Amino acid sequence: MFYLLQEGPAQTTSYFIAGYAVIFGVMALYLVSLIVRRRNLTQDLETLQELEKSQS
Amino acid sequence: MDKKPGLLTILDGVTILLLLVAIGMVFFFAPVEAVMGLVQKVFYFHVASAWVGMLGFLVAAVAGVVYLVKGDRKWDILGLAAVEIGLAFTFIATVTGSIWARPIWNTWWTWDPRLTTTTIMLLIYAAYLMLRSGMEDPDRRARFGAVYAIVGFLSVPLTFFSARLFRTIHPVVIGTNQPGAQGGFDMTGDMLLVFFFSLFTFTIIFVDLLWHRARLGALQDKVEQLKLKFNA
Repeated sequence: MFYLLQEGPAQTTSYFIAGYAVIFGVMALYLVSLIVRRRNLTQDLETLQELEKSQS
Repeated sequence: MDKKPGLLTILDGVTILLLLVAIGMVFFFAPVEAVMGLVQKVFYFHVASAWVGMLGFLVAAVAGVVYLVKGDRKWDILGLAAVEIGLAFTFIATVTGSIWARPIWNTWWTWDPRLTTTTIMLLIYAAYLMLRSGMEDPDRRARFGAVYAIVGFLSVPLTFFSARLFRTIHPVVIGTNQPGAQGGFDMTGDMLLVFFFSLFTFTIIFVDLLWHRARLGALQDKVEQLKLKFNA
């Protein structure tokens, strides 16, 4: 009989939004960290290779 | 610098496409659960993230074994990549789980067996990264990483089976819920389709990220070798 009193699903939209914000946010942050690290390492490699060239 | 392989570019495209389709399915195709409302939809990517976390730790353990057998540092690079990605997705799973729990369990957190073992697993692999970063010798660091990843993997099946072996309020998707489980629901055909598609999509995301991260690791190794050469 209680189901007759139920007015539909619970209002949980804000939690849904928060959940997906976390999912996409963390994934995006990780991607950005990969890109930044690659860029920095590429610069380091170029510098070290130039140094190696100048020493040989 | 190594040119990005063509296959990886194709994989990037496929990954983005799959993710967009999965998002569309979750947002527009999957029905709204009758009791929990919209927050139930967090479940699709929550479970998929947890799956990727455990998959990452499994790959790291296997890479650890292969490194100890073969001694080739590319397996250490792969293991590190897998742990890093596994950790990121386990973090996503933990936080989204907490967000889901707030309206359903009326609490952000409880020291339930599933949540507790997941936290322990998270800390074990966070420690892996921290301890590695403190080691300068690449070979010693690789040996340590391999053994740690193998032993640390014991936490993964413990976490997975915790919701089935111990008294818990965490619902299980496949199998029978414990009597005290809260928030469990029977999945309709639509839900099952979205669920399995999400799992598949996140597996592809893992492979794509792993390849990218492993390439980054190889570049890092190259830079480190050059630095060591200058310091010698």
